[in-house]
Amino acid sequence: MTTANHRWRLYRFASPATFYPLAGKLVPWFAAVAAVLAAWGLWLGMLRAPTDATQGDSYRIIFIHVPAAWMSMLLYVVMAFWAAIGWAFNARLASVVARAIAPTGAMFTFVALWTGALWGKPTWGTWWVWDARLTSELILLFLYGGYLALVSAIDDPRRGDRAGALLAIVGSVNVPIIYFSVVWWNTLHQGASVSVTTAPKMAAVMLQAMLLMTLAFWSYAFAVIFVRARAIALERDNRAAWAGAAVGRTAAQPEATT
Amino acid sequence: MSGTFAVVVARDLRLAARRRIDAALPIAFFTVAVSLFPLGVGPEPQTLRQIAPGVVWVAALLAAMLSVTQLYATDLADGSLEQMLLVPDARIAIVVAKAVSHWLLTGLPLVVAAPVFGLMFDMSPEAIGALVASLLVGTPVLSLLGNLGAALTLGLRSGAVLLILIIVPLCIPALIFGAGAVAAVDAGQSARGHYSLLGAVLIFTAVLAPLATAAALRIATE
Repeated sequence: MTTANHRWRLYRFASPATFYPLAGKLVPWFAAVAAVLAAWGLWLGMLRAPTDATQGDSYRIIFIHVPAAWMSMLLYVVMAFWAAIGWAFNARLASVVARAIAPTGAMFTFVALWTGALWGKPTWGTWWVWDARLTSELILLFLYGGYLALVSAIDDPRRGDRAGALLAIVGSVNVPIIYFSVVWWNTLHQGASVSVTTAPKMAAVMLQAMLLMTLAFWSYAFAVIFVRARAIALERDNRAAWAGAAVGRTAAQPEATT
Repeated sequence: MSGTFAVVVARDLRLAARRRIDAALPIAFFTVAVSLFPLGVGPEPQTLRQIAPGVVWVAALLAAMLSVTQLYATDLADGSLEQMLLVPDARIAIVVAKAVSHWLLTGLPLVVAAPVFGLMFDMSPEAIGALVASLLVGTPVLSLLGNLGAALTLGLRSGAVLLILIIVPLCIPALIFGAGAVAAVDAGQSARGHYSLLGAVLIFTAVLAPLATAAALRIATE
């Protein structure tokens, strides 16, 4: 009885009619958390963290660069996961979420590349090197671009979802290559400074600021993805009763009737 | 299953034999593209020798991507693709047959023609040997991945450009190890590591790409 109840709840959240008001309620919270954590993390990183002995203050871009790079890779895997769920179980909302993730993931990839270039100029003396990790991150941007182009080129939404899911799954073999490439090709890019298995080689306050920024980006990603997923779900179900109710009474919070 | 495979390969080869100019277009594109580089970069043999592996490999990649769009397009247009897909349990066989016939028609001619371009770029005999070997192992990867792209973009607007955008990133490992093998031989090093990784990429692609392509065909035709 309890398992049946539990399963019913999971399916309940897979319904756009339930998801739409719930996500709408969560968006302001995620946005607020993102703003607070980002302010805290930037304060720690920019003002409290010590100046680096060799790189001076230029290293401080790490507090944006590394969390953005982490998010860019994580979001690709999350996107592939939800796209695969949407394809395998014919769950429309999962496909909608996958589509909503792609632009945010591409944005974080671009931010990681951009801040990397800004960091590379003072430390390496060049905006860009064809190093393995930089190149892999660029390829990740191409993968996001390919996914976005493919799903938008297919007019039938469900065919677009499935084709995008297949491409995302195929592309996700690239994400581990990004992580291991620094081991394969040992070049200019410094090795990872943060690792799960060994003690971090940086001051505790720097690590703290970086983790706060990561959580802030995470929270931001939730907020933006929910906003986008709500819009896509509403557009797709524009004839459904719940969509009419949602548009008619945006301020109210109607009880879901699935 | 093997019967279907042989029939599809034979049919594609016969179709190509009836349209010889069409079948020669990829190799013609390859020739023109490779010939542009000395005109753009300059005729110094030293520079040409250095860029030759990359130029030949990139031109081979683009030739494969441009030719692969026709793989299913005409079959879809005249309805024969739907009929082929009605054969029970034949999807994988058809997909592999398409990749094999594409490789026989575009990949193999490039492998055969590569020494000529190696001579035009003043490459050493050892480097030319490495170029042929790396193309021999690497071009099937391009055909297999291009096949996947052709199935994914079947019947779409601007499918050709889209195919290049989505498939070229997946071809990058083959390009790196293929051109890297030639560069290693040119620098007097052993290219065994590159060949091993290129071979691994080929095995990995040969196992997984047909499955993905068959799924993509189902998505595109259902």
